[in-house]
Amino acid sequence: MMRFILRRTLQMIPTMLAVILIIFVIFSVVPGSFITSLMSEGRNATNAQVLSHLNEQFGLDQPLPVRLWNYLSGLAHFDLGISYRTREPVWNVIEPRLWPSIKLALCAMGFAAFVGIPLGFLAALKPGSVFDSGTMVVAVSGLSLPEFWFGLLLMYVFALNLGWLPSFGYQPGSIRHIILPAIALGVGPMALLARTTRAGVLDVMNADFVRTARAKGLAEPRLVRSHVARNVLVLILTTMGLQIGALMGQAIVIEKLFSWPGIGSLLVDSVAVRDIPVVQGAVLVIVLWFLVINMLVDIAYALIDPRIKVS
Amino acid sequence: MSLRFNFALGLALVVLVVLGAVLAGLIAPYDPIMDADLMNSEMPPSWEHWMGTDGQGRDVLSRVLYGARVSLTVGLISQLINSVIGTALGVSAGYFGGWWDDLVNGLTNVMLAIPSLVFALAIMAVLGPGLPSLLLALGLTNWSWTCRIARSSTLSLKNQGFVQAAKTAGFGNFNIMRTQILPNILGPVLVIATLGIGGAVLSEAALSFLGVGIRPPQPSWGNMLSDARELIRTAPWAAIFPGLAIFATVLGFNLLGDGLRDMLDPHMRTRTA
Amino acid sequence: MSQFLPDPVLSVRNLRLGIGKRYEILHGISFDILPGETYGLVGESGSGKSVTGLAIMGLLKRPLSVTGGTIHFQDRDLLKMHPRERRQLRGDRIAMVFQEPMTALNPLVTIGRQIAEMFVIHRGMGWPEARRKAVEALESVRVPAPEERAHAYPHQLSGGMRQRVMIAIALACRPDLLIADEPTTALDVTVQAGVLELMAELCRAEGTAVLLVSHDLGVIANMCQRVGVMDQGRLVEEQDTRNIFTNPLHPYTRGLLAARPRLGSRTPGQRSRLIELDEVVNAKDRGRDMPTLITPRGPQLAPETRA
Repeated sequence: MMRFILRRTLQMIPTMLAVILIIFVIFSVVPGSFITSLMSEGRNATNAQVLSHLNEQFGLDQPLPVRLWNYLSGLAHFDLGISYRTREPVWNVIEPRLWPSIKLALCAMGFAAFVGIPLGFLAALKPGSVFDSGTMVVAVSGLSLPEFWFGLLLMYVFALNLGWLPSFGYQPGSIRHIILPAIALGVGPMALLARTTRAGVLDVMNADFVRTARAKGLAEPRLVRSHVARNVLVLILTTMGLQIGALMGQAIVIEKLFSWPGIGSLLVDSVAVRDIPVVQGAVLVIVLWFLVINMLVDIAYALIDPRIKVS
Repeated sequence: MSLRFNFALGLALVVLVVLGAVLAGLIAPYDPIMDADLMNSEMPPSWEHWMGTDGQGRDVLSRVLYGARVSLTVGLISQLINSVIGTALGVSAGYFGGWWDDLVNGLTNVMLAIPSLVFALAIMAVLGPGLPSLLLALGLTNWSWTCRIARSSTLSLKNQGFVQAAKTAGFGNFNIMRTQILPNILGPVLVIATLGIGGAVLSEAALSFLGVGIRPPQPSWGNMLSDARELIRTAPWAAIFPGLAIFATVLGFNLLGDGLRDMLDPHMRTRTA
Repeated sequence: MSQFLPDPVLSVRNLRLGIGKRYEILHGISFDILPGETYGLVGESGSGKSVTGLAIMGLLKRPLSVTGGTIHFQDRDLLKMHPRERRQLRGDRIAMVFQEPMTALNPLVTIGRQIAEMFVIHRGMGWPEARRKAVEALESVRVPAPEERAHAYPHQLSGGMRQRVMIAIALACRPDLLIADEPTTALDVTVQAGVLELMAELCRAEGTAVLLVSHDLGVIANMCQRVGVMDQGRLVEEQDTRNIFTNPLHPYTRGLLAARPRLGSRTPGQRSRLIELDEVVNAKDRGRDMPTLITPRGPQLAPETRA
């Protein structure tokens, strides 16, 4: 198992390198660098001397391959560079944002799983029923909903009109603050999970081994418990993994809407002022999160399904 | 909820949005930008303003209609770009195999690892706001699923009799891909593109909402929501209607895509209906 | 027949089934199976022999359902039983072995547990005891190293071994009737005989009656005392196995026999199976309009009798 994890970890490295390369190339073609955008905003860097000094300080006077090499060798000892804006190490800017982002992603997924999986399960047990149709209407609507609009409506109803919950902001350890953003962010994954669960249960219910289980005389509850649930779980797990992995990236609009101090809002703010090192760092964290979650899903997969060889 | 009803509903929604966008110039009661009337700002829906007015006294209905133009343009064109890139890469990778296949595969995995909204945001940061940037940002970042499907379909088609026969008959590689393989994968590519239009409409709205998409005063559903966010307490209609328009459009394309998939592949019906 | 015969363990009378009333798939079939007897149902695919087995088990899938007739098991009408009672009978008194050894076992559960489940649900045993019984059951179907194999997952076993596991599950509770639906069709020819012999031997030892469903006349001839021939939802002939080979009565049976590959008859002229079959099977010649569902397609019988 340790070797499996190690191999999967090594497999992430080329992907991360490619991501870094892509981000680097994209931002090297920026016509206006951070420095010029500082100038256009009429701040202090108005003369050429200051400009060249700043360029030198951030290593921007060197050619792209050299800058890429410097960045990579920095990464090797967890140095993400220096923020243009705050002049702090990028990691110090990102680190306090990590936990709020992870918390939001996990809570959103918790909501999605808590609502979506039972919905899909119950719908599949009575295919074609009113409940089933209703669930599928909810699912296709959930997938089509702009989550920030939904969040805005939630804010309007539950925070501004009813006053039950705070409308925005973050407090460490406050559950009340996380409810609305988590629901807004989780509604899409919830819909997807309801759909996948329903399809998976229907698929498994038609499998030959379920017919065997019936022929053995198993009562329906036991049949679902010991022969359907686990097989569907494999399917649900894949969907959930992909969703949690993507959630940190999807959260950027919700984080902005609810003023949630996560990686997403940091990314948006840094893009606005062209703080490239922070943008790069934030994108790397988002991609790394996706890759790590996918690795965890693969490990869980190997634990549940004996057909998948770990070695 | 029958499949045919779903498809019909999807088609109706899409037709409605397309008509709204095409005829915006004729049916919009006011000019979306110029008819600002600060004396009549934040008016609730009435006979003069069916969807009310926004913070600058502009007619929300007119802005929603003109906003449909942006959403549809971005959705259709960016998905066209995605489909062309994805199909070209996927078919050539599946057909030629070897190092090219490895390269395309690796690139697809990288693209899947970067959330497309994050990627698009980065590109928008470089190119600056505006419609052309949006088309490029959303057109370059969402082709991985098309590529995967095109590649796997090509792999299975490659060894079938009619492709082998065309090879034996001396057709060139490009000709075989164009005449033998492409027509056979258009179905699934179309399904992904249709579902992708919905996704692109959502992404455009999100980017404009964040202020890096379409810049005001040009109306886009995303930046209308961004403006309305400040007024949500006093003028909720300014937020409700653009959002409903996004929802209806995306729902329409999603239902249409689901319906197309079921028509093309009856086996998928039980699994995803 | 005479009064010396014991009461049948299974008695099917005028069984009809279909999709609603419009599409009938079985047009009223009747047969008896005596205790300890092995009864064969033979016919081509689509003749209705497999759904007969599923109907007796009560495992028909929607939209298929029984539309008429009775199925008596030890003098009780299965079709009038409370569903719970019938379920308790399943696996315990009436068991079934399916055709597909690759997919008929749950891939995520060890075979030991899948056998042990029988003792837990029908004998009320706890898992540890049931597990010990499962190892015994594996031993009885001659799976080598049963202790270790009990921990194996289905994908770790060969097709023949899996089918032995299926037999162990089916016979775990010593049922009175075993329904075997093409039990060896999906297996390698080399292991078919072994699995069939094992099944016959275990059933003989316990006095279990068997309903053997197969398209393979060779299998039927080796295993069964009596055989019923099915064609397009009807039981067209029923005879002692010996007689059916020497004295087939129904033209369909003759066709079936003629389509058998015989040793030493390699010259195409002698076999000419398609021509013989055409006049026998063609539904229109018999003046019946068959629902499209069971209309035979293509060169009938040829693909199946190859095996």
